[in-house]
Amino acid sequence: MRRHRGLWLYAAFSLAILWVCGHEMLTAYAQLVLMFIGINIILSSSLNLINGYMGEFSCGHAGFMAVGAYVSSILNVWLFTSHKVFGPPVLSPSSAVYLFPLTLLAGACAAALAGLLVAFPSFRTRGDYLAIITLAVNYIVKSSVENIQAIGGARGFMGMRKVIEEMEAVWRIPWIMLWILVFTGLTVWVLHRFVSSSYGKGIVAIRDDEIAAEIMGVDTRRMKLAAFMLSSGMAGLAGGLFAHILGYINPGTFTIMKSTEVMVMVYLGGMGSLSGSVLSAVLFTLILEVLRPLQVIKWVVIPLLLILLMLWRPEGIMGDRELTDVFPRLRRWFSADKGDVHGAP
Amino acid sequence: MALLEIRRLTHFFGGLRAVADFNLRLEGGELLGLIGPNGAGKTTVFNLVCGFYKPTEGDIFFLDKDIAGLRPHAVTAMGIARTFQNIRLWNTLSVFDNLCIAQHFRLGYGLGDVVLRTGRFVTRERHVRRTAEELLEIMGLRHYAQERPGNLPYGMQRRLEIARALATQPKLLLLDEPAAGMNPGEIDQLVETIRWIRESFTLTIWLIEHHMRVVMSVCERVQVLDFGQTIADGPPEAIKQDPRVIQAYLGSEELSHA
Amino acid sequence: MSGRGPSRWRDRERQESRVFVDTLLQNILNALQWGSFYALIALGYTLVYGVLLLINFAHGDIFMVGAYIGFFVANFLLGAYAFKIPANLSPPLVFALTILLTMALTALVGVTLERVAYRPLRRRGAPRLYVVITALMCGLLLENGNLALLGASRRSFPTLIPPAVYDLGGVLVTNVKILVIIATVLVFFFLEAVVRKTKLGMAMRAISYDRMAVPLMGIPVDRVIVFTFILGSSMAALGGVLFASAYPVLEPYMGALIGWKAFIAAVIGGIGEIRGAFVGGFLLGFVEIFVAAFFPSTLRDLIAFSILLVFLSFRPTGFFGVARATKI
Ligand SMILES: Nc1ncnc2c1ncn2[C@@H]1O[C@H](COP(=O)(O)OP(=O)(O)OP(=O)(O)O)[C@@H](O)[C@H]1O
Ligand SMILES: [Mg+2]
Repeated sequence: MRRHRGLWLYAAFSLAILWVCGHEMLTAYAQLVLMFIGINIILSSSLNLINGYMGEFSCGHAGFMAVGAYVSSILNVWLFTSHKVFGPPVLSPSSAVYLFPLTLLAGACAAALAGLLVAFPSFRTRGDYLAIITLAVNYIVKSSVENIQAIGGARGFMGMRKVIEEMEAVWRIPWIMLWILVFTGLTVWVLHRFVSSSYGKGIVAIRDDEIAAEIMGVDTRRMKLAAFMLSSGMAGLAGGLFAHILGYINPGTFTIMKSTEVMVMVYLGGMGSLSGSVLSAVLFTLILEVLRPLQVIKWVVIPLLLILLMLWRPEGIMGDRELTDVFPRLRRWFSADKGDVHGAP
Repeated sequence: MALLEIRRLTHFFGGLRAVADFNLRLEGGELLGLIGPNGAGKTTVFNLVCGFYKPTEGDIFFLDKDIAGLRPHAVTAMGIARTFQNIRLWNTLSVFDNLCIAQHFRLGYGLGDVVLRTGRFVTRERHVRRTAEELLEIMGLRHYAQERPGNLPYGMQRRLEIARALATQPKLLLLDEPAAGMNPGEIDQLVETIRWIRESFTLTIWLIEHHMRVVMSVCERVQVLDFGQTIADGPPEAIKQDPRVIQAYLGSEELSHA
Repeated sequence: MSGRGPSRWRDRERQESRVFVDTLLQNILNALQWGSFYALIALGYTLVYGVLLLINFAHGDIFMVGAYIGFFVANFLLGAYAFKIPANLSPPLVFALTILLTMALTALVGVTLERVAYRPLRRRGAPRLYVVITALMCGLLLENGNLALLGASRRSFPTLIPPAVYDLGGVLVTNVKILVIIATVLVFFFLEAVVRKTKLGMAMRAISYDRMAVPLMGIPVDRVIVFTFILGSSMAALGGVLFASAYPVLEPYMGALIGWKAFIAAVIGGIGEIRGAFVGGFLLGFVEIFVAAFFPSTLRDLIAFSILLVFLSFRPTGFFGVARATKI
């Protein structure tokens, strides 16, 4: 019980949110913002694994997001609703309640496989050239989707609303909010465990000195595979959730611009700091919303703010430290494997 | 059975023949030196043995298994570890983590265990940490456990490199100029350490060194390379007198360090 | 089918192959033109990368800024604004002046960016990736700043060169197309001369060859960097004006996609190499035009980027780039 304090805290927080949403004490808009915060947390912390911890420069995260979004959406629409291309529902619509997380994970798996498109070249390529490969993968995914007419091509794909409605017909709970809370927590938890284990720190060794890592016994290829697949799989998860919030997706959502947004969150939070990524995702989403009334000016103000931030604090909010390093008392709440050296019996 | 056997090892960089027809039979427990003027090909021999380059020609047998062409981490897993001529530590990780990650290939658990924190993960991770702590202790680095390697004094960084190599639990330890850049006091300490490691870890050590004092005082046998070719092989005293060795070093000041 | 003997068949075959050759030539010319645009932008990426190891992601937008500056300069010279110059200039002269003025003004923008955003970071020794993010942000700033200032309405670039179409034995070529291609070839020789003959140019090469030694040799690094940005930005401006002359519609995001693609061209050629930018640019131009000729044009980006992916997987450093041997 004591060891999982952070977990319990998060569970309580999630239940509170769900309760509040269930009783319609939050406006739809506020709920939407909360959900986007969750998704942005998944996106930024998963990209941090590559750009921060492994020190590669991936700028195609939105591509993997797209894969997850499309695969899970198509699966759900095909399985649980009647659609003009996919025909009548394959399974009983109410089973969506149980199978929804599985289709999300299927989308994540597809995205993880797409991650191989970057992982394999990364064996031989590093740095800027790998960055370009990620960029190319982003474009390839986007224009592939644009060219598949069965799923709407450039016009986009919809019908996910109905899936959610089917789920709500069984139990009236804010389903999407529920799954976003679950998967956001899960992502951060998995990533935290990964980067604080000796296994996961292998990717930090790759960042610091890849040659030394390989020679001193780190199977760098396997670690790169693991990191890229984990990261892109999580992006796929975020994509799937994202698609079901809006009920509609189109390839234009998953452009380099989206990838840039995620990158900005990673750098804003600090490369190699998980809590930094979480913080910056919250902050960034809120800033985007606060500045929304500015319309066109918004995208003038944000880059300007970021440029100023870079000049003033180039390492981001947290640098590569964690919240528990800054406020050691937090360790009581969140298991602190990091730096907990002599504590082991 | 020889620990390491190298036959007719040759390596080219483009047109440059860095190592030519190199032969070696290393028995367990030996302490062998490899010397030669700058650019003779010493580091290249190490790189070939540890799998960083694939030899143009020749065989490398470690415990009767052909290891030429294996990837470096696999060679390390078989029991060959090394240090680097220019220190290559992982500088954003703590000293302690440096020692943990060197055990990466024998962690014995995978991604699933990490996420679910299985029993295997917990026991293995504890074992890894204990090994790292022991090494900190015996190498006199305990004080620096949470420091970043870059903040350590130079001599300590060299020690850490040796400690990291030992963390892989090697049978053969390759040291590439461990005394480079050290002051005389640090060198004395290093000689002690090398002797001590060899005894307490029952290791075979193969050492590249320019400082003759180190070579003469720890090595039992010395090989001399020049332009990739082996020009002498024998006990240190004999090597020192060998006219071909003196010829090779002529003009370079290195022998006079002795 | 009412074939009246083999001669009729042969006729048709000849005609078809004739048409085929014509379209082929037409496509080659189009490819050369697009390749020129890519090459002119790719140059800026490559030059800056060679000197700073920085992917200047704002560069595509410098191209856009160039086109807009060109628009205002041309209109000013044509007397479209309240403040007029007294002389009445002939259109070709206006065109030449527009190009020169635009190049100068755009270079100023590029240098300002370097001064304000990149240099302070460099001074502090910030990790390269932070500088790259800053560059991305500068790009966004230029795009959206333009949108905010000038509005979303498209502007059409004034016609400075009276359009003429030449018929080269069935192949139709516009004078602008020829101009673009010739200008690009000239730029290539000009830049090659600059980096080989001038002091600053040689210093640029020295920096990309050995980063550590250059400050020791007394080369004023900051001056070289400014010079690099001047060269890169003015070439993008040239590209912008030429592009606007060929496709006279301006909008704030016009530099985004073409910029990314030019960057890809620079990488295919081997980033940091001037000839790489040209080879990569023309290669990309050819791939795109010919893909569009034989496949539905929606596949153009897909195939172009797939080729890039495959190419980089097999030759990770591009055409002319050499992998630096890591000595351990
Ligand atoms: N990666 C490489 N690519 C090309 N040539 C190389 C490479 N590594 C080493 N060489 C060349 O091979 C030769 C042998 O180099 P090596 O590093 O093995 O010498 P060394 O005996 O270790 O010298 P030193 O005492 O300076 O460390 C040198 O001429 C060197 O320039
Ligand atoms: Mg050497």
